[in-house]
Amino acid sequence: MYHVPGWDAIEASLDRIESLLARPYGMSGRAVALLLLQGDDEIAGIVGAAEPEALEKIRPIVAEAQARYDDPLPYIIAVRRQEEASRITRAVLSRGAAPRVGFAERLSRIMMNPLTGIPLVLLILYLGLYKFVGGFGAGVLVDLVEDAVFVRRVNPWTAALAERLLPWESARALIAGDYGIVTLGVRYAVAIILPIVATFFIAFAVIEDSGYLPRLAMLIDRLFKAIGLTGRAVIPMVLGLGCDTMATLVTRTLPTVRERLISTILLALAIPCSAQLGVILSLLDGHPLGLWVWVGVMGGVFILVGALSSRVLPGEAPSFYMEIPPLRLPRPANVLIKTYSRVRWYFLEIFPVFILASVVIWAGQMTGLFDRGVALLRHPVRWIGLPDDAAVAFLFGFFRRDYGAAGLFDIKRAGLLTGRQIVVACTTLALFLPCVAQFLITVRERGLRTAVALSAFVFVFSFSVGFLLNKVLVFWAVPL
Amino acid sequence: MKISERAEEILETLWVRSEEKAEQVGLGVARGNPEVEELVKAGLATVRGDRIALTERGRAEGEKVTRRHRLAERFLSDLLHVKERLVHPVGCRFEHLLVEGIEDNICALLGHPRTCPHGRPIPEGECCRRFREGAGKGVMALAAMEAGQGGRVAYIQTRDRSRLQKIMAMGVLPGMPITLIQTFPSYVFQVGQSQFAVDERLAEGIIVRTAAR
Repeated sequence: MYHVPGWDAIEASLDRIESLLARPYGMSGRAVALLLLQGDDEIAGIVGAAEPEALEKIRPIVAEAQARYDDPLPYIIAVRRQEEASRITRAVLSRGAAPRVGFAERLSRIMMNPLTGIPLVLLILYLGLYKFVGGFGAGVLVDLVEDAVFVRRVNPWTAALAERLLPWESARALIAGDYGIVTLGVRYAVAIILPIVATFFIAFAVIEDSGYLPRLAMLIDRLFKAIGLTGRAVIPMVLGLGCDTMATLVTRTLPTVRERLISTILLALAIPCSAQLGVILSLLDGHPLGLWVWVGVMGGVFILVGALSSRVLPGEAPSFYMEIPPLRLPRPANVLIKTYSRVRWYFLEIFPVFILASVVIWAGQMTGLFDRGVALLRHPVRWIGLPDDAAVAFLFGFFRRDYGAAGLFDIKRAGLLTGRQIVVACTTLALFLPCVAQFLITVRERGLRTAVALSAFVFVFSFSVGFLLNKVLVFWAVPL
Repeated sequence: MKISERAEEILETLWVRSEEKAEQVGLGVARGNPEVEELVKAGLATVRGDRIALTERGRAEGEKVTRRHRLAERFLSDLLHVKERLVHPVGCRFEHLLVEGIEDNICALLGHPRTCPHGRPIPEGECCRRFREGAGKGVMALAAMEAGQGGRVAYIQTRDRSRLQKIMAMGVLPGMPITLIQTFPSYVFQVGQSQFAVDERLAEGIIVRTAAR
């Protein structure tokens, strides 16, 4: 067994430090002394403020103790602690023969082996995201809620009620018009967004509780290093596929400012949220080649922008380490509680934004500002080869990206879009400005200047990509 | 050439003060001391005015003497369990018995330790260099091991503080049993009851004494 040399001297230093401390610090003197010896800046600050003379006398004791060792004192102390912990566990713990490599461990290795793990990632994405969230959530559930509840019941009731109770045309428009609070705000929030987000959070909670995410992180670490991140960033990125706003909040779990900034950029630009994904997947329904073009462009932008920002932003390359917990079968009760609390957070956060958006759009229409905004946006919309009506969808996109995508959905249903236009519109909208809520969270986490610069970049970039994509698709006459 | 034990002691003190601590060494009370004369005559030291300095050969010899002394201390404390306060005085006598050749055997027996029981570095011998380069096998970085290979953590390369903290946070500390599970695309290992994934940079900092296969 390894033995810490000269530990008695460390004990002596600890005693000397402890005897110099006169004030109480809410923990034992020895604990304070140990922290000071390990060079803990926080406790040094506290002691320095309470009794500066003592700290002055303690500093040379720490330096003297360090001088005895080649290795840093925190390491020496950790080794000693480990030694003691091992001694105790040896005394009280007996271990049977090493267990055979069980099923969970074998499955874990299949997940971590790139040959089997990468197909498995694709399978999980296909089943979890495309089939469950896209097919079941955005398809079956949305149809059910929207058609059965809103189109048949809520909307006609509201319209009739407004007709009877509100004598003013403008007030009726606010509640039950094309962009009314109930007919647009509540309908989008409850009938379209809620089922999609709820199914995503169920899928995410299952994946999270099974212990799969760290395995995905170790698989993807090398790729993420190329874009200035580590495998650890896979958690906010996957969460971003559910809700970019929540994911932007989660970037604070990343260890360096640089990683946080890069992932905020990627979340704002290249990670479409589940609400948007659901609408985009149904927009691209019936255009299989278009779906692949869209996936290719989004993936390309993700890597290109990540690689560029990791070159441009200063800071050291991060290092990756992560615990791989044992695989476990998720408990339904835990999955439901997690999903419930996330959906609640999401709903409380976005519902007011939806209502606000309806009111702003209504006010904009009443004052004519909205028409001017649409007229202004028509130019970039024309550059990327879309019909003028799409400008409305992009203006909605300022409020929520999925709001915009849902607006496109209505235009598609009216049969006004060609296959090429759908692909270009989906790509541009997916890259387009994050929703108001994500912008507000970005301001809070990264500061106003960064958030504004980021939004300006995203605005220009998304239309540039849309412009290029349209030109390329026209030039090659891709049959979409 | 052989010099007396007293002269060796002085040579060691001189080496520690001038090389390790980078001090200027004054002669002081040692002026006219026969052992100092002996060192000068052997071409190991020069006296100029009040200052005494090592020659190039003196530096090499001093390093060897220090190495023998600290190895002797390690030997006494690790293998013979001599009480800590006795390690230094007994070590002073014992070191003179470690002639070249035996010294490397003791070093190998102790597993090429890097520090003496007081935590001061042991100058590297030829045997340590060969050992580190892998001729001795047995001790290597986690990044150089093969999947399925196991052993105990020997030490951690501690140059980079932030990396050291991350490695320590995983509970990877000297003496812990460790098994490498996978090497690509990341290094996955089991330490104690937990599994971790790390990148190559961190895996290079974990040095393992591998078990015989």
